[in-house]
Amino acid sequence: MKGRFLRLAEQGRPTVNLTVDGAPVEALQGDTLMVALLTQGTALRQSEFDSGRRAGFCLMGACQDCWVWTRSGERLRACSNEVRDGLDIVTTQPEATWPLHS
Amino acid sequence: MATAQLSTHRVVIVGAGPAGVRCAETLLAAGIKPILVDENRRDGGQIYRRQPDGFTRDYSTLYGSEADKAKDLHQTFDRLRGAIDYRPDTLVWNLTPGQLCCANQGRHSTLDYDALILCTGATDRLMPIEGWQLAGTYSLGGAQIALKNQAVSIGHRVVFMGSGPLLYLVASQYVKAGATVAAVLDTSPFSLRLKALPKLLARPGLLWTGMKFLAQLYRAKVPAHFGVKPLEVLGDAANGVAGVRFTTGSGKAVTVQADAVALGYHLRPETQLGDLAGCAMAFDEASSQWWLATDEAGRTSVNGVYAAGDGAKIRGADAAEHAGRRVALAVLEDLKQPFNAGLRDEQQQALAVMDQFRLGLAEAFPWPGEQAKALPDSAIVCRCEMITAGELRRTVNEKGACEVNRAKAFSRVGMGRCQGRYCSQAGAEVIAAEAGVQVQEVGRQRGQAPVKPLSMLIEEVSP
Repeated sequence: MKGRFLRLAEQGRPTVNLTVDGAPVEALQGDTLMVALLTQGTALRQSEFDSGRRAGFCLMGACQDCWVWTRSGERLRACSNEVRDGLDIVTTQPEATWPLHS
Repeated sequence: MATAQLSTHRVVIVGAGPAGVRCAETLLAAGIKPILVDENRRDGGQIYRRQPDGFTRDYSTLYGSEADKAKDLHQTFDRLRGAIDYRPDTLVWNLTPGQLCCANQGRHSTLDYDALILCTGATDRLMPIEGWQLAGTYSLGGAQIALKNQAVSIGHRVVFMGSGPLLYLVASQYVKAGATVAAVLDTSPFSLRLKALPKLLARPGLLWTGMKFLAQLYRAKVPAHFGVKPLEVLGDAANGVAGVRFTTGSGKAVTVQADAVALGYHLRPETQLGDLAGCAMAFDEASSQWWLATDEAGRTSVNGVYAAGDGAKIRGADAAEHAGRRVALAVLEDLKQPFNAGLRDEQQQALAVMDQFRLGLAEAFPWPGEQAKALPDSAIVCRCEMITAGELRRTVNEKGACEVNRAKAFSRVGMGRCQGRYCSQAGAEVIAAEAGVQVQEVGRQRGQAPVKPLSMLIEEVSP
C-alpha cells in the first residue's frame, strides 16, 4: 500500500512542496498535513507508548492522535494545519517517550 | 436606542456551527453585537464544514440532501461576519466566572462576558473493540470530514461499523464519491427501527432520507449487516488495519478484509466548558449519557451561562439551528430586552418535534453499553496511552475504584491526549459492569482545564 488515504476528487490544484523527515514531498494546495502525508504513506508518527504506528483518528482536532512537529520543534495537529511551501516536518516526537508496552 | 444601551452587554458565543451562527444572527437582529469565538479557521462547525479555498465541488456534491441548509447557513454567516466580533482559530481552554481564557496562534488572552452561550458541538461516541488502536481506524465523523473537507477516502477498502444515522449517511456519501465500501456493520438489529417508527415518524422527511441511504447502499451491492457483534479490528502494529471480524445477528462469525475502519455510535456532547463553569449535569436515560442540564430555552443552572446545539443536547443540525435562535431569545429576555415571542414559540414547537425524533433514534440505534462487559481484558480502552480493559478492571477489583475519576487516577484511562473524549464513556461502562452497578452510578469524567492540550510556549498578551 503506497498511501493510506485515496484521493477521489479535487486533484487539479496547484502543487506545494514540503519536506517530511528530510525527504521532499509534493502535496496539493489546500491539503491538510494529514492528507499530504497519508496519501503517500501509511502513518503519521510512532506511538509513544508502544510499537504501534499512528495515523490520526478524529480529524476534528479532538483526539490529538495526529501530532507532527516542525524542524524547530513546534507541535502541529496534522488534521487541522494546511501544507505550505517549504514546511519542514518531522514525524518523531522531540520529547521523551514512554514505551511501556513495546 | 436599544443598540446603544445594549453595547454594554458582553455576549460571547463559543462555536460557529449551526447553533452558534443562528444565535449570533438572532442577537444581532435584536441590536446586540455578539463576540463569536470559534476554534476552527472557518465557520460551519463540523456538519457544515467548508472546504478549503480552491476546491470546486458544489453544494449538492458536498452536502447532498442538506445542500440548501448548508448554503443558507454559510450565506447567513457571510452577511454577519462584518457586523459581529468574529474570532476564528481561537480555542477557549478554560473559564472563570465572567471571563474566558483563550488561545490563538500561540498567544493566550482573556475575554470578559456577561452572557456566555456554549455552542460547542459534539464528537463521535466510541465503544472500543479489540484492535481499534491500529492505524487506519478512524471515527465515523472523521471519515466524513476526510471526504467532505479534503476529497479523500480514509482507505482503499473501508468498513463502516457502529450504529446510528451517521453510519448510513457517511457510507452512502463514500459510495457516491467513488470509494470502495467493504461493508456496513450495524450493531442495532433492524427490528428496533420498526419499533421506533412511531417516534421516527415525527420527521417523515428525514426518515425517508435515511431510507434512501440504505437503498443506495443496497443498489451499490454493499454488504450490510444488522444486529452484529463487533469482535476485532484485524491487523498489526506496523501496518495497521487489515480487516474486521464480527458475528452476524444470527451468530455466524465473519471476516471482512479492509484497510480502514470508520467506527462510531452516534455522538457525545462537548460539555467541558459548561462543566468548568459549574453547570449542573443530567443523565439522559434515552441515550445513556451525561449532558448539561438546561431548561427548554438553553439556560444552564449557572446564571448567565447558556448552551445550545449538540453541545447541549444531541438532536442534530436542524435542531441546533432552532436551539441557537431559541437560546438567543432567552438571553434577550434575561437581559430585559424586547424579544419576538412569536419566533420563540416557533422554535419551541420545532424543537419539540425534534425531541420526539431524537428519542426514536435512541431507540432504533441504541448505545451498545453491554459490549463493554464482553470486551476482552487484552482490548485497549484508552487508545492514547494503550491502557487495556484488564488494567481498568483491576483498579475496580483490587483498588475498589468504582467511580470514574478515581479509576482514572489509578489507571490513567481518560488522562491521555484526548482527555477522555474517546474512552471515558466506554470506561464508565467497563467500571459499572465490573462493579455490578448501573453506569450512571459510577459518575462521569469531570472537565479539566485546559480542555485541549496547550503548548508550553504559549505567550500571554494583555487584553
